[in-house]
Amino acid sequence: MSEANLPLGAHASGILEASPFAIPSKKLVMWLFIISDAVTFAAILFAYGYIKNASPNWPQPFKFFPSILNVMLMTFILVSSSLTMLIATRAARAADKAGALRWTFLTAAGGILFALLHIREWLGLIGEGVRLFQNPWGSPLFGATFFAITGLHLTHVIGGVIALTVVALGYKRGRYKADDIEIWSLYWHFVDLVWMFVVPMVYLLNVAR
Amino acid sequence: MTAPAQATDSLKTDIIVYVCILALAGLQIVLAYQHAEGAQLLVRMLAVALIQAALAVMFFMHLRSEQRNLKLALIPGTIFVVLMMNMIWSDSFRLLHMSPPVK
Repeated sequence: MSEANLPLGAHASGILEASPFAIPSKKLVMWLFIISDAVTFAAILFAYGYIKNASPNWPQPFKFFPSILNVMLMTFILVSSSLTMLIATRAARAADKAGALRWTFLTAAGGILFALLHIREWLGLIGEGVRLFQNPWGSPLFGATFFAITGLHLTHVIGGVIALTVVALGYKRGRYKADDIEIWSLYWHFVDLVWMFVVPMVYLLNVAR
Repeated sequence: MTAPAQATDSLKTDIIVYVCILALAGLQIVLAYQHAEGAQLLVRMLAVALIQAALAVMFFMHLRSEQRNLKLALIPGTIFVVLMMNMIWSDSFRLLHMSPPVK
């Protein structure tokens, strides 16, 4: 029997079937993306651990000033931006459009500040002679792993800033709803979450003593 | 649609979780400057990071307010995949012992 000949009831039962997770499909897609992205980051961090463990001369270049202090500031900014995103989501759910926009843009501003501090950190290391496959201290793979992991995270931050800005502007014009703000807040919190693993693995296990 | 699930958390709860995550980040800095052996330090750092991540997922991302179906669909599979990645370590140690001495 072809699909076109099916009685209406057969289709209708499929269309009206409730979501198995009781969340909108867009939110489920974001969760699935987050899980796949989490596994990607885990694989990269495992690869980093593999290389670091197998290299007897792995460098430990991060001094308290400027690197660790900079990382502390970046962590503070990113975690604070998660809090502002929570407030934005709350405002959006309460139909406080102005408040939702204000807090979402503040979150995006936090992301921009984080990215600028990160780029400053990169430039400092490049100035000290760190390149993708060479550095003045030890294993030449240090630069490749450092720039790959932090670069992928930075790409996520920049992508998040763009997405939040687009969704906020769309929300202002009525194109997007409060749910869209909430769904993109999941992504922003995930970016924050990944940073919680990048900091100890990449920076704090390699502090200069 | 999703509002009832999230209405359970107040802003006060969010701020408490935010402060806890920042405090744990501070703890990681303190741990980094203690003279612990490499593997021990790694375990401590990862334990703190996992607590931070659990707080973020459960409270910031509101997974604790979602249906059990969603939690079961997302969490065990991810943990299984990450656990399976630990198979690489034996090869990493093999590489370390086969490598030539540092010049």
